[in-house]
Amino acid sequence: MSGSAKDIHRRFSTASLGGTAFFEALGARVTEIAPGRSMVRLPYAPHIVGNPDTGVVHGGVITGLLDQACGIAVGTALAAARRDGEPLQGIATLDLRIDYLKAARPGADIVVVGECVKITRQIVFARGRAFQDDADAPIALAAATFMVTELQPAAAKG
Amino acid sequence: MDLLAQAARDHAPPDIDALIALVPYCAWLGLKARVADGRIVLEMPFDPKLVGNPILPAIHGGVIGSLLETAAIVQTVWDTRAQSLPKPVDISIDYLRSARAAPSFASATLARQGRRVVNVHATMWQDDAARPVAGLRGHFLLA
Repeated sequence: MSGSAKDIHRRFSTASLGGTAFFEALGARVTEIAPGRSMVRLPYAPHIVGNPDTGVVHGGVITGLLDQACGIAVGTALAAARRDGEPLQGIATLDLRIDYLKAARPGADIVVVGECVKITRQIVFARGRAFQDDADAPIALAAATFMVTELQPAAAKG
Repeated sequence: MDLLAQAARDHAPPDIDALIALVPYCAWLGLKARVADGRIVLEMPFDPKLVGNPILPAIHGGVIGSLLETAAIVQTVWDTRAQSLPKPVDISIDYLRSARAAPSFASATLARQGRRVVNVHATMWQDDAARPVAGLRGHFLLA
């Protein structure tokens, strides 16, 4: 992890920067992190299968990866935009819209890229894209909206 | 799926709880199903591995989406007597309030049942069904 990513971790206190319990239990990991951008990867595994006849991954797994990748991208974007002395911010997903373009191919890793597209005072907008071997052949696209929440009052700053 | 094809041959309703148990990701989430008057209710016990926000703690948005999507799929199987699992085309999830460390429930209704595509609305709640935690609207392709 680069120095700037460590800095982001230091400045942004929510656990959405990668290591949520669900994300780790799935077996996913964050492979790239930069302000406003993330990439996560989930290796194929038996417990993520949604159709036992075909071995195709459950749509909810892709939903989870898209939510996580967009959340990391938004979190890092907020951290990069935060000035010293401002209260720490958290985020909550308001809505997540997903197009499943094609079924994930069994046996192949799933990669998801999250990008923050717009920060406002209250609301942050993100886009997510899931693919397997070919980044130009997405299996799912997402549009996500997050609400900014205050984690601690400004006065409580140490 | 064999279980669904057999139910169709027997002119019997599919055993949704058995179906859920056959789907590895649903089993991993700990989902259980019960059916009353043709309406399926999924139950998901709380487990620490489902957490997305450890401060509250709150269940991960992806888990909420997974539960809602599964509710939509099994209600579609029940209503259409499909013999294979419907495929999601698009979904839109509204997160209404955080899902706490407690059992979660979900059910779905088919708003429109076409020959090839169904439009499904699903809702998730915890202790109070009148205070939904999240909702899903989606299209699913009948195989």
